[in-house]
Amino acid sequence: MRQRNKRWFGVFLFLLAVWMPIGSAAEEVDVKEIVFEHLGDSYEWHITNWGEKEIGIPLPVIVKGRESGWQVFSSSRLHHGAEYNGFYITHEGAYAGKVVERNAQGEEVRPALDLSLTKNALALLINSAVLLLIFLPLARWYRKTEYTPPKGFKGAVEVLLLDVQEELIRPCIGEDYKRYAPYLLTVFFFIFINNLMGLVPFFPGGANVTGNIAVTLVLAFCTFVVVNVSGTKEYWKEVFWPEVPTWLKVPLPIMPAIELFGVFTKPFALMIRLFANIMAGHSVILGLICLIFITASMGTAINAGMSALAVVFSIFMNLVELLVAYIQAYVFTLLSAVFIGLAKVKAH
Amino acid sequence: MSLLIPEVGLLFWMTLSFGVVFFILAKFAFPVISQGVEKRNRYIHDSLDAAREAEAKLATLSQQAEALMEQAREERKALLEEAAETKKRIEMEARESALAEVGQLKNKALAEIEESKRRALTEIKDQIVDLSVKIAGKVVSEELAGDKKQKELIDRLLKEEVIYKS
Repeated sequence: MRQRNKRWFGVFLFLLAVWMPIGSAAEEVDVKEIVFEHLGDSYEWHITNWGEKEIGIPLPVIVKGRESGWQVFSSSRLHHGAEYNGFYITHEGAYAGKVVERNAQGEEVRPALDLSLTKNALALLINSAVLLLIFLPLARWYRKTEYTPPKGFKGAVEVLLLDVQEELIRPCIGEDYKRYAPYLLTVFFFIFINNLMGLVPFFPGGANVTGNIAVTLVLAFCTFVVVNVSGTKEYWKEVFWPEVPTWLKVPLPIMPAIELFGVFTKPFALMIRLFANIMAGHSVILGLICLIFITASMGTAINAGMSALAVVFSIFMNLVELLVAYIQAYVFTLLSAVFIGLAKVKAH
Repeated sequence: MSLLIPEVGLLFWMTLSFGVVFFILAKFAFPVISQGVEKRNRYIHDSLDAAREAEAKLATLSQQAEALMEQAREERKALLEEAAETKKRIEMEARESALAEVGQLKNKALAEIEESKRRALTEIKDQIVDLSVKIAGKVVSEELAGDKKQKELIDRLLKEEVIYKS
């Protein structure tokens, strides 16, 4: 019975491979490690463990050593703490899980630059390719045909695109919306596709891309730039000389300071919101799945009960995450559009 | 805590992939799609307008056709009535003329009959006269044989005849 259970777990493990970097249920399960390992980034794309064998895709490590200069090599050379050209992956300290080298003093330091094509970076590239594969055929359709609306998948994509453009971007920005539509549409679909791909539990998906702060940072920074570049004279006047009693502005510029602070907190909130939502979703699903393996040592009855419960809950969570994937993409785009619209105020 | 610190490598890859995706989509995809959809919407709008116009025109036309039909129907009715009247009149006239002719014919026939009757009577009268004369002559010639008076009568009759004839 235990044997059969284990095999069943094997199948389950395969399906949820990316989230399940553990070999067998018999070992002690370190939930925290599993969850954090998934939420963070890694130098190789771990797919599953088949028996004792680890199955994964080794990815290129691209580092610039502090002394040794640029180096490119496969991450499989760093397996299990192996060292290559002075680089290795440390497992403790501030840089746990990262490629490090030793400096002249023998201290563990990060390389000068680490541009490794990590799991998240590869996922970004794959998802970008997916994005292009979705929209370029639709664009080709419109280059080739006149007046005939596309059918099937292209039609569905078009409906979503038009919905975002007409119901979100247009009302938020106003008459000048066409200038900003390409950026906002790219943001929406970039986040949406990355969120969705993150929910697919096996290889091309499953990476916690939009739940990574670097990714949301770049997105938020782009919005920050777009908002402030399109800011009108009135917008800057409202920041530095808002219409409040003069004593709030001179001699101590309290309101301008607050307003200026607001200029930065808006994109910062965008960054944190997306990051936290997606990361939390992944954590919850992961935690639920781990429940199965935690209870594995508590006897068959408890384990079976908890497994069923965990599966039901994780199905529910996945559905919620599907919703969240859309909502977060929507919210990010909506707020970006609102901020752009606010930056384009005209003198009243 | 490491989750909250953005990695330089990922920042680089993210900037690269987002930048490339944005560039390609903003240049080759979204404007094309937007324009295509806009063009199609305008086309649909125009077509709807044209259809509405055509419908209105059709409605007027069918109204006109209806009016024409009504007029034609009335005309037909009038024609039929007129025809019926004409027929009646022609019949009446025909009957009258027939009656008149018949009357004429009858009169003529009657006249002819009268004439024939008169002629027949005259002829009969003549024949009767002839016959009586013949018979009387015979009778007279039988009685007059040998008698003086008879000779005188014959002479006188002859004389009368001659005088009458001359």
